[in-house]
Amino acid sequence: MDLRFGDSQPTDDERAAVDELLGPPASSWEGAERTAENLRYSRGGHAARDRRDLLLPGLHALNDRIGWISRGALAHLCRRLTVPPAEAYGVATFYALFSVSPRPTTVLHVCTDLTCTAAGAAALCAGLESRLEGDDRVTVRRAPCLGLCERAPAALTIKAGDPARTAVSAPATVEAAVLAATAPDSAPEEPPTEAAAPQAGDRRQTGAPAPSSPPQKQTGLPAPPPLPPQKHTAVPAPPPLPPLPLLTRVGVVDPSSLDDYRAHGGYTALRRAFVLGPAAVLREIVDSGLVGHGDAAFPGGPDPRATPIGLAWRAAASRPDHPHHLVCNAGGSGPGAFTDRVLMEGDPYALVEAMTIVAYAVGAPHGYLYLRGEHPRAARRMRRAVERARARGLLGDDILGRGHSFDIEIRRGAGAYVCGEETAVLRSIEGYRPEPRPTPPFPTQKGLFGRPTVVADVETLLDVLPILTGGPAAYRSRLVSVSGSVERPGVYELPSGTTLGELLARAGVRPDLRAVLVGGAAGRFVRPDEVDVPLRSGVVIAFDGTVPLPRLLLRVAEFFRDESCGQCVPCRIGTVRQEEALRRIVDRAGPAAADDVALLGEVGRAMRDASLCGLGRNAWNAVESGVERLGVYG
Amino acid sequence: MTVTSLGVPRRLLDLTLDGEPVRAPEGTTLLDACRAAGKDLPALCHVDARTPASACRLCVVEVAGSRALVAACSREAEPGMDVRTDTERTRHSRRIVLELLASSVDLSTTPGIAEWIEEYGARPDRFGTDAARLEREPIIDNGLLVREDGKCLRCGQCVRACGGQGQHTFALSVSGRGFGSRVGVEYDAPLTDSACVFCGDCVDVCPTGALSVRSEFDLRTAGTWDEPAQAVTTTVCGHCGVGCELTLHVQDNEIVKVTSPPDSPVAHGNLCIKGRFGHQYIQNRD
Repeated sequence: MDLRFGDSQPTDDERAAVDELLGPPASSWEGAERTAENLRYSRGGHAARDRRDLLLPGLHALNDRIGWISRGALAHLCRRLTVPPAEAYGVATFYALFSVSPRPTTVLHVCTDLTCTAAGAAALCAGLESRLEGDDRVTVRRAPCLGLCERAPAALTIKAGDPARTAVSAPATVEAAVLAATAPDSAPEEPPTEAAAPQAGDRRQTGAPAPSSPPQKQTGLPAPPPLPPQKHTAVPAPPPLPPLPLLTRVGVVDPSSLDDYRAHGGYTALRRAFVLGPAAVLREIVDSGLVGHGDAAFPGGPDPRATPIGLAWRAAASRPDHPHHLVCNAGGSGPGAFTDRVLMEGDPYALVEAMTIVAYAVGAPHGYLYLRGEHPRAARRMRRAVERARARGLLGDDILGRGHSFDIEIRRGAGAYVCGEETAVLRSIEGYRPEPRPTPPFPTQKGLFGRPTVVADVETLLDVLPILTGGPAAYRSRLVSVSGSVERPGVYELPSGTTLGELLARAGVRPDLRAVLVGGAAGRFVRPDEVDVPLRSGVVIAFDGTVPLPRLLLRVAEFFRDESCGQCVPCRIGTVRQEEALRRIVDRAGPAAADDVALLGEVGRAMRDASLCGLGRNAWNAVESGVERLGVYG
Repeated sequence: MTVTSLGVPRRLLDLTLDGEPVRAPEGTTLLDACRAAGKDLPALCHVDARTPASACRLCVVEVAGSRALVAACSREAEPGMDVRTDTERTRHSRRIVLELLASSVDLSTTPGIAEWIEEYGARPDRFGTDAARLEREPIIDNGLLVREDGKCLRCGQCVRACGGQGQHTFALSVSGRGFGSRVGVEYDAPLTDSACVFCGDCVDVCPTGALSVRSEFDLRTAGTWDEPAQAVTTTVCGHCGVGCELTLHVQDNEIVKVTSPPDSPVAHGNLCIKGRFGHQYIQNRD
């Protein structure tokens, strides 16, 4: 292919930003000065095109340094990567964090999603806009959920430069957010991660013993593997696990220290995995009955709860086409979902270890960790953890001297909820527009770069650690992020079977509870008298009477209208029609709303039935439950 | 001697279509299986021999065991599948999809759509007069191709034809997202300032007429486009030695459009600027 890059030239800054990521260009084919030698050969084929997956990091590099992506900068990046400029433009315009038109270097993203709206985001936005009006260095952007729901209302400052600076203000006041936006470096430090995990705080306050190290640690030798025939006849008593296997280290270990992680039981699971071998690791996971959580906020695709995830992983592991890939999708978090952020910030090495184990089990030499661009602290800590692990031989060519090779690449998303969908995240990593594709073929058959790929969320991966240290029958729990009208919002770890009411009581639900949204934007509303049901989702938002319910439903509809990728008709236009109808009836009820409620039902049913991916299929859930359960327009 | 590759022999799969057992070769889509069995499904964004876009969602069918409906154009037949093509659910989804489409874009040049709207009883006007529409002026930035965003279904078939599944020019892409997404070149530049080589292949695959050749657009604007009166002749392009097949659309003894048969073994439906647009000399009487 003979690409045309146009005549626009990058500025020196733009060129430096791209070249810092990709290294200096090797020849005039990649944008260097032309020499006579360059004319004696041409560059093309796979060697030139194989770096397409660096397009998204390249766009990030430009956006971080300059604040927006100019025509010359895009052309330079495209020349470096042999990507058609039209396609790169299509990718850049998909993501909410990028801009292809000039804008101030500082962007203040103010969350206007459900939890933050209930906590007064509208007033915050108005205050900020009036305070920063006329300041040509800062622009205020009304953003979808920033994943800081436990500290609503939230604002995130991103100031372009070398390096780009970020500052989180949550809970944000006008004063604090203005300070962060004008001087991100002097903004106060974020509160520690354990503040978002109330149980971790309880543990320290009550003086409960820190989670005991598993018994293997003292000897430094892994436990002998149980013999397979015995497993079915007599299950050996598993070693006692801490009461919160997933949150055990959050707030206890120093998230920057690999030694501290190891001192708290880190890397025992990997040692055990090496003793067991890949097939036996998969057997342990299958035997445990672990099911994928999907993404807590994105329960799309075929029901992930129906089949044990281990079977899918085993299917991927046995595919003959190599290499296999592992993708940890921490990029999908809609309103109310912030579990991934807390886990990555509080216990980053655990995710590195869990990814190493699963990659070992499925035969993947390369893993991608896809996290949200709105979570700079999580990205920083994960990057540091990966670097430390690599330096200490826990990632790389010869992990723990066992000859196993695995490395993790961290990829930042740039503001697209649809990347929570498992095929969309693969497209995003590959450097294409993150539009979901129809399944089958599933990613385990044909995934990243066309290879068998295991896509898993953070919680599912972390579940593997207690399974390996405690055996398939180990204590099982799940994580729930609670926000909204509760005294102690945050991530809770609960035994399976816990009811919604118990969780709300534990989080200190405030009086005047009006409704509970279970499952995030794609979830359903529950009445306060219906909370005695087992919890099936990892996202819970409680609402009191301060925000009228029709406004909340409208906000959910706006969210889906903004986040629809636009690929299929039912979702692209259906979400618009849904929002229009909700806007018409926002102040109406009864017979005045009946026609539009009926229309909503018909459009919603078609979205659920005919949409291409889980985003469209679930875009009507909250509205439907609001109408039917809460009787919002009744 | 020419050796024709027969490919790997394909198994025949047994499945059920609307309760009737049918056999379909491995690898065929449900849409092909339906059409082979004499059941036609509405399908707008499906262009023969191209990767299915799976975007219009008109061809949705019910597959036993699948929670959501399944787009027949992209789902391959599997042994033992139980497929229902005409149920209350599929009819409902098709009706709503037609209403959503017709309420947001101009479908006046979309072949077949009026019949489907009538068949499924779609009423696009019920979303009210203030329902958001894509009202955009036609983009006329060159003498050969006209782009009308207000008619675009955003199936992306033109992007595929321009890119890796056709010309390998990569001038077009979908940009933006959601309702505001559109097909265009980088930074919404005019086509003349892009990689476009004016082959016009995008026009041939456009299911709604959002892309058209200038001659057709001008006649339509003047109200003199008369498709039933046109004579259609297939011939071979005389510009070079490749031998691409051309289909000439002639109205009032003048060539008003040139297309290429998609099943042509030479060009597979692709042409170049000369084949598609270089025909004025034929009409030169001097």
